[in-house]
Amino acid sequence: MPRDAAALPAAPVAGHGLALPREAGWWLLLVPAFLLMTVLYLAPILQVLAISVTEPAPGLGNYERLLTHPGLQRVIVTTLRICLVTTILSLLLGYALSYVIALASPRAQRWWLLGVLLPLWISVLVRAFAWVTLLRRQGLVNEGLLGLGLIDRPLPLVWNEFGIVVGMVHYMVPYAVLPMLAAMREIDPRLLAAARGLGASRGTAFRRVFLPLSAPGLVAAGVLVFIVTLGFYITPAILGGGKTLMAAEWIKLQILDLVRWGMGAMLATMLVVTILTLLGIFSRILDLRRVFGGGR
Amino acid sequence: MSAATREAPLAPRAGKGTGHALELRALSKRYGAFTAVDAVSLRVERGQFLTLLGPSGSGKTTILMAIAGFVAPSEGAVLLDGRDITALPPERRAFGMVFQGYALFPHMTVAENVAFPLRVRRLSRAEREAKVRAALDLVQLDRFADRRPAQLSGGQQQRVALARALVFDPDLLLLDEPLSALDKKLRAELQEELKALHRRVGRTFVNVTHDQEEALSLSDQVAILNHGRLVQMGAPAALYERPRTRFVADFLGTSNFLRGTVQEAGDPGLALQAGGTRLLQAGADLPPGSPVLLSLRPEKIALLGEAERAANEVAGTIAAWAYLGAGYSLTVRTADLGALRVALPAWRAPIAPSEGLPVRLGWAADAAVPVLEDADAA
Repeated sequence: MPRDAAALPAAPVAGHGLALPREAGWWLLLVPAFLLMTVLYLAPILQVLAISVTEPAPGLGNYERLLTHPGLQRVIVTTLRICLVTTILSLLLGYALSYVIALASPRAQRWWLLGVLLPLWISVLVRAFAWVTLLRRQGLVNEGLLGLGLIDRPLPLVWNEFGIVVGMVHYMVPYAVLPMLAAMREIDPRLLAAARGLGASRGTAFRRVFLPLSAPGLVAAGVLVFIVTLGFYITPAILGGGKTLMAAEWIKLQILDLVRWGMGAMLATMLVVTILTLLGIFSRILDLRRVFGGGR
Repeated sequence: MSAATREAPLAPRAGKGTGHALELRALSKRYGAFTAVDAVSLRVERGQFLTLLGPSGSGKTTILMAIAGFVAPSEGAVLLDGRDITALPPERRAFGMVFQGYALFPHMTVAENVAFPLRVRRLSRAEREAKVRAALDLVQLDRFADRRPAQLSGGQQQRVALARALVFDPDLLLLDEPLSALDKKLRAELQEELKALHRRVGRTFVNVTHDQEEALSLSDQVAILNHGRLVQMGAPAALYERPRTRFVADFLGTSNFLRGTVQEAGDPGLALQAGGTRLLQAGADLPPGSPVLLSLRPEKIALLGEAERAANEVAGTIAAWAYLGAGYSLTVRTADLGALRVALPAWRAPIAPSEGLPVRLGWAADAAVPVLEDADAA
C-alpha cells in the first residue's frame, strides 16, 4: 500500500504534460463552428430581439399589446390550441406505434422504423399539398365518402383548423415516436414478465410497470412535439388557407406585409422565451429519467 | 426483529410436507424443428427443494418458464397437487418467481416492489403494510424499505426479489439462476441464506442453475438435464456417488473414465481387463465379454506407499500438478489407463509433487461406478 501511494502523485504529472498540447489542438477545431453560431446566428437573433423593445419607440410598448390587442390574443390562443391538440394526438398515435415497435422482433423493428422515418425525407411543402388534394371538396376523401353514400355533401376537411391539425400530426408523429421508442427500449422486458408472474394481468402490468417506466419518454416527446409545432409555418399557411392564423404566420405578416418590426419581434421573443422555458422543464425530466433508469 | 415477528405471516408450516406438489408429465417444447424440452416427466414432493441443473441450452430455463406459465408447452402437462394447470396464464398460477437479474421495478421503492403482488391482489393497506414489513424482516432488509433498487448492492437486490416472490404466500417459489449475478463469496453466503429460508417457510422451491456446487448444496432433489432431456434425478449424494451416465459423472464434479471388458463375473464383483491391467469392480453384474465404462472420482484414488496394497493398483508418473490450497490436483500418466486425475490432500501429503515423479495409485473395488455411455447425447 505505501509503495502504491508513493507512486500515485507521479502519474498525473506525466499525463498532464502529454495531454496539454493535444487538448489545445482539439479546441481549435471548434472555432469555425463557434464563429458560425455566434456571428451568423446568435448575433442576428439578439438583434431581432432587441428590436422588440426599440421599435417603434423604446420601451415595453409592444409587450403591452399582448394584454390589449384582441387580434393578437386570438392568434396566441389559436396557436396554443392547435399545438396542444396536435401534441396530444401525436403522442397517442406515436405511443401506440412505439409500443408495437418496442415489442417487435429486431428484424420487424428495422422495417417499422424505416416506415416511421421515411416521411421525414419528403419535403413539408409536398406533404402539405398532398393533404390538400386528399382533403379538399373534390378530394379523394370527400369523393370516396360521397361515392359510398356515407355523406350527401362534402365535409369541410381543409382550409380550417382540422386540416392544419391533420397535416401537423402527420408531420409530428415521427418526432413523437423517436424519444418514446428510446425510452421503451430501455425497459427490461423481464419486468413485464415479472409483473405478470407476481399476479398482474396484462392490463395491470402495462399500467403499473410499462406506462410509468415509459412516462419520461412520453413527457420528453410531448415537450419536443409542442416546441416544434409552436414554430410551424408552411403547413398551417397551406392547410389553413389564410383563414386560421398561427404565430409564425402572424409574425411574417407583421414584418413583411405591415412592416411593424417591433410587433413581429415581440411575438418572436415570446416564442423563444416559451421554448426556453419548456426546454428547462425538459432537462429536468431527463435527470429524472436517469434516476429511474439507473436501477437496472 | 425477534424470530417471532419475523416469521409471523410466513410462519413455518411444521417443517416439510406443507407446500404443494408439482408434477410434469411428458413435457415437450419445440421451436420449429428445434426441440428445447423433450418429454420431461418429474415430480417434486411438497416442501421440497428441486434444482434443475444442466449446461446452457439444456432446456432447464424453458422448463421453469413452462412451470411459471410464460412458455406454452408443445405437449405434456403441468400439474399442481394433481390439478392440470397447463392452460392457466402466469398471473393465475400464484407462483413466486425470482428472475435472473431480479427484475425489480426500478421506479418503485423496495417496499413498493414487495407490495406489488399484494397490490394487484387488492389487499387492504393495513394488510399490505404488515406483510411487506414481515417479508422485509424475513430477508433482513427492513431498514432499506424506502430505497430504490438502484441504491442497493447485488446481494440486497436479490433479497428484495426473494421477499417480493414470497410475500403473497405463493404455492411455489421459482428461482431462475438466482445467484449467478453475484461474486463467489456472496454467492456462498446467499446459498446458505436461501437454504435457511427454504427450511423456514416450508414452501416447494424449484431452482434453475448451471452451477453444480449450488445444486448439490441447496437441493433435496436435483434433476440433471442435457439437450432437453432429463438424464437423471435424485438426491445430490445419490447423483454424485451413483451417476447413471457418463454425462452426469462428468457434469457433477470431475471424473476419470476407465474402459474395460468383463473377464469373469463372480464374488465380490467383476474382473475387468483394461489394456494390460486387471481391475476389480464391485457392485455390478455383467456377463463376461461385455464392455464396461467406469467413472472413478479423483478423490477416491490414493497414492500408495511401498508396502501398501489396494484392490486395484496401477503405476504411473506425474505429468502435471497444481496446488489448490486444500489439496493438489495431479495428472498421472499410466501405461494402460491413460491420464488419471488424482486429488491429493495437501496436509501432510506423502510426496512433494514434481513432474516426472513415479507414483503408484490404488483404489478400492467399490470406489468406481459403472456408467452408461450417453449414446443419445449427440
